[in-house]
Amino acid sequence: MYDGWKIIPGLIIFLILLLFPLWNQAFHPGKAGITPNPELTETAKNAEKCIEPKPFMKTQHMKMLDEWRNEVVRDAERYYKSSEGKEYYKSLQITCLECHSNKSKFCDQCHNYMGVDPFCWDCHIEPKENE
Amino acid sequence: MGIDRREFLKIAGLSAMMGLGGKAAFDLLVPGEVEASLKDTPLTQAKRWGMVVDMDKMNDEIMDRCVEACHRIHNVPDWGDPKVEIKWIWKETYEHTFAGQGHDYQGEEFKERNFLILCNHCDNPACCRVCPTKATWKREKDGVVMMDPHRCIGCRFCMAACPFGARSFNWGDPRKAPEELNTQFPTNRDYPTRTKGVVEKCNLCAERIAKGQFPACVETANEILKDSLVFGDLEDPGSNVRKLLRSRYAIRRKPELGTGPNIYYVV
Repeated sequence: MYDGWKIIPGLIIFLILLLFPLWNQAFHPGKAGITPNPELTETAKNAEKCIEPKPFMKTQHMKMLDEWRNEVVRDAERYYKSSEGKEYYKSLQITCLECHSNKSKFCDQCHNYMGVDPFCWDCHIEPKENE
Repeated sequence: MGIDRREFLKIAGLSAMMGLGGKAAFDLLVPGEVEASLKDTPLTQAKRWGMVVDMDKMNDEIMDRCVEACHRIHNVPDWGDPKVEIKWIWKETYEHTFAGQGHDYQGEEFKERNFLILCNHCDNPACCRVCPTKATWKREKDGVVMMDPHRCIGCRFCMAACPFGARSFNWGDPRKAPEELNTQFPTNRDYPTRTKGVVEKCNLCAERIAKGQFPACVETANEILKDSLVFGDLEDPGSNVRKLLRSRYAIRRKPELGTGPNIYYVV
């Protein structure tokens, strides 16, 4: 091989750089792959359950909020009957944020992890957080 | 194995009875149920909301307080520049309010008076006809001309169509309005602000009338002077607004345009 003394070290350096995530992970076990950790406020903990079961809220809250906004604004239907038969006022700002008043530690945790940027907060007012 | 004729007739008869009973039960139950569940929602109690401004009682102080209350409750920012201002309710001179209706010999107390102006919630709103996304529409239940900022694309056709100038465009993010003019903005944390690039206007306090409250301006005006601003159902002959309109001479803004404004001015 011509210029083997250049090519082989070059390839090795290239591989070391390419595999950076792997060997970096090996040196710092458990540090990589930070998973979102939404925190509940005291109010939310005391309430024990959200308006619907947790798995449903986890996967469907965005659809629910989307339905709510249409029903409230367009059809003037302002009350939500949960699967348990309890009634709630359909409002992100008033109902949801009453318990989940820690946006940065609750909403943003998963939203940032997933790289989603919901435009709710362009208009709807974020809760004031006591840091 | 099929069914014989006798079996068939039995089933048919039973089904017919069930059907009749079911229908009757449906008719008897459902209306009551609906009314019961909506009893505390005056939204269903009016077919067409309207407002009467009693100019004999109205004065600048009441108007200023109404404007302040409305804009505070709905997080309407003050940009300090008429070119980009946002207004849901405001004061306007006679000439601007009733354009073309004045004459040379009118008394000064009229000519130099301010009138309280807001969206007329027209019967036949021009703004709704031109909206390409149905972001603004006439609510059939109670006649409120609604606005859905989620759907507004900011084309401003509605602003061009409205003959009353009742709509404002957000040229900038309301939260970036000059701080010295908007201390503690947003002023009402239970109501959203709007965002850059959408049109907004008076919503006749749809969020308040749904809760059984009067619109903010009506509440404020009546706290200062009772019946200076009257709010009620124009379809109901016994309502306070209809009584007032029967007994007093009232005019509307630009009725000749045929939009059918629902805000009346007793003069």
